[in-house]
Amino acid sequence: MASVELREVWKIYPNGFEAVKGIDLLIEDKEFMVLVGPSGCGKSTTLRMVAGLEEVSKGELLIGDEVVNEVNPKDRDIAMVFQNYALYPHMSVEKNMSFGLRLQKTPKEEINERVSRAAEILGISHLLKNKPKKLSGGQRQRVALGRAIVRKPRVFLMDEPLSNLDAKLRVQMRAELIKLHQDLQTTFIYVTHDQTEAMTMGTRICVMNDGLIQQVADPETIYHRPANLFVAGFIGSPQMNFLKGKLEEREAKVVFTFLKEEEAHHVEMDPSLRKYLGRPVTLGIRPEHMHLATEGVPAEVIVTELLGSDLNIYFRWQEELMSVKAQASSRIQSGGRVHIEFQPDKIHLFDTDTGERLEA
Amino acid sequence: MKSKSEKYLLMAISLYLLIIVFPFIWVFLTSMKPESEIWGRKALRIFSDNMSFRHYQTLFRGNILNALKNSLIISTITTVYVTTIASLSAYAIARLKFLGRRAMLIIILATSMFPQMIVIGPIYRTFVRLGWTNSYFITLPYSMIALPISIFILVSHFSKIPREMEESAIMDGASKARTFFSIILPLAMPGIFTAAIMTFIGVWNEFLLSLTLNGNEAWHTAPVAISFLRGQFEIFWGQVTAATVIVTIPTLFIVLLFQKQIISGITAGAVKE
Repeated sequence: MASVELREVWKIYPNGFEAVKGIDLLIEDKEFMVLVGPSGCGKSTTLRMVAGLEEVSKGELLIGDEVVNEVNPKDRDIAMVFQNYALYPHMSVEKNMSFGLRLQKTPKEEINERVSRAAEILGISHLLKNKPKKLSGGQRQRVALGRAIVRKPRVFLMDEPLSNLDAKLRVQMRAELIKLHQDLQTTFIYVTHDQTEAMTMGTRICVMNDGLIQQVADPETIYHRPANLFVAGFIGSPQMNFLKGKLEEREAKVVFTFLKEEEAHHVEMDPSLRKYLGRPVTLGIRPEHMHLATEGVPAEVIVTELLGSDLNIYFRWQEELMSVKAQASSRIQSGGRVHIEFQPDKIHLFDTDTGERLEA
Repeated sequence: MKSKSEKYLLMAISLYLLIIVFPFIWVFLTSMKPESEIWGRKALRIFSDNMSFRHYQTLFRGNILNALKNSLIISTITTVYVTTIASLSAYAIARLKFLGRRAMLIIILATSMFPQMIVIGPIYRTFVRLGWTNSYFITLPYSMIALPISIFILVSHFSKIPREMEESAIMDGASKARTFFSIILPLAMPGIFTAAIMTFIGVWNEFLLSLTLNGNEAWHTAPVAISFLRGQFEIFWGQVTAATVIVTIPTLFIVLLFQKQIISGITAGAVKE
């Protein structure tokens, strides 16, 4: 078992493209760390550097206490599960799983024992003699996991391992991976662009964008106290609503003013935010933290989405598409008019210029 | 119940097949006819009244077995050599990062554009000076001719293998050589079969170089030996056709045996998988 630490790690390609820009990250032993972010944010590159498949351009990479920048992938004692499984099609499941062990010249009895135990954990014992092409997507993914498990690595690396599965299987495998992490008690580093995977699986989440780490925290903190506009907008579905405006003092109260002139609306804020008066700020509020009311800010409904028990209502303020969650029974139709109120204690405030969160 | 268009298609394919196969069938039938019935009044009869294996017997008493042996040795050596070198080169071009990678592939392909007639003179002079005429060294110019196409076929095959396969093997602790032999090579087998079979058939049927470099009867390959089946004033068509049948059998056998691999090799990358 081991921790993984990145110290000022850069990845610069020969053409000058900076994929990862000096990130610092400590992944504790036995932690399930999820790297999440949009395509091209540097999360896969970071994982591949940990794997040793990409060289670290600058900075230090440590596994345990050892700097492994120059250590070959095979000597890092890690295993990786790829997005497209990367099973060897000409080998049986058993051969696929034991390939690494055979290369290490592990005794035959031990190989058999480890393979059958891993197969048992993953429920693929009956498939050991089959070739990968005879397996379904979920079974292939299990074999890929099995190949990693048999090696008993210090760190598991997973590069979007569930993206090729259908929605139902993905949910099932998500639960299985969480259980696997609990059973194996090993460090997991998991890359995904799917925020649901990140929120449900990670003990901590590292949100990345543009080669930089935006926030590292447990899922709850990421959701309830996003560090900046990017994290706030990236995590949550439908995404958080943002309103540009300014903090003003009105009748000795601190208020957030948005919309212009006669349409202007004022939301009362925490008095401790007085220090930000006059600054351009962005208010963020999640759709579930707004509700329909008889009074409040008026809005015209553009479209609605019925999700069984909930109804997502989309409307436009300040040219931005916003959404509010309502009960399905509210029977709001497109084109209708509604009034919306905010839950004051659920409001997030960000500096419009820097995007950073403003704390009370 | 077949639709009308399917019936027409079937008829068209049957006709096409007949046109393709007819010369071979005619050659086979001719090889069974006595020399007197190959030409003249009875020439257009499909079956002769005196069908026999006489021409084959004559051939086997002559040089044909030795020529077949030469062809087999030369074709096999060239195929093994070309496939080995082409696999390694193609893997390097497809996967390793080095300067001038694309240019190298273009140059390799360009060498195959030279007409054989142009290069045959210099090759002959070189062979004479080195004392390599009438020997198995003929496999060298054959390899030169077969390598570019084989490399080209294999580059496209290696490029098609997902990079994750190699990365997965690297993570498993396999060396570059082990990855190549245990993972990449088995996956590129259809391409390797295609390259090997095309090389083998190409060399097996080659005439001009063989005639020029290995002129001694003991070193004749099968196509050259067939061309020598003639007297002062006549060609022994019965023996020529019998020899043609004998010479075709190995290639026919190989193609039938590996047709699945050849087809998947030739059409590889044609459609999104």
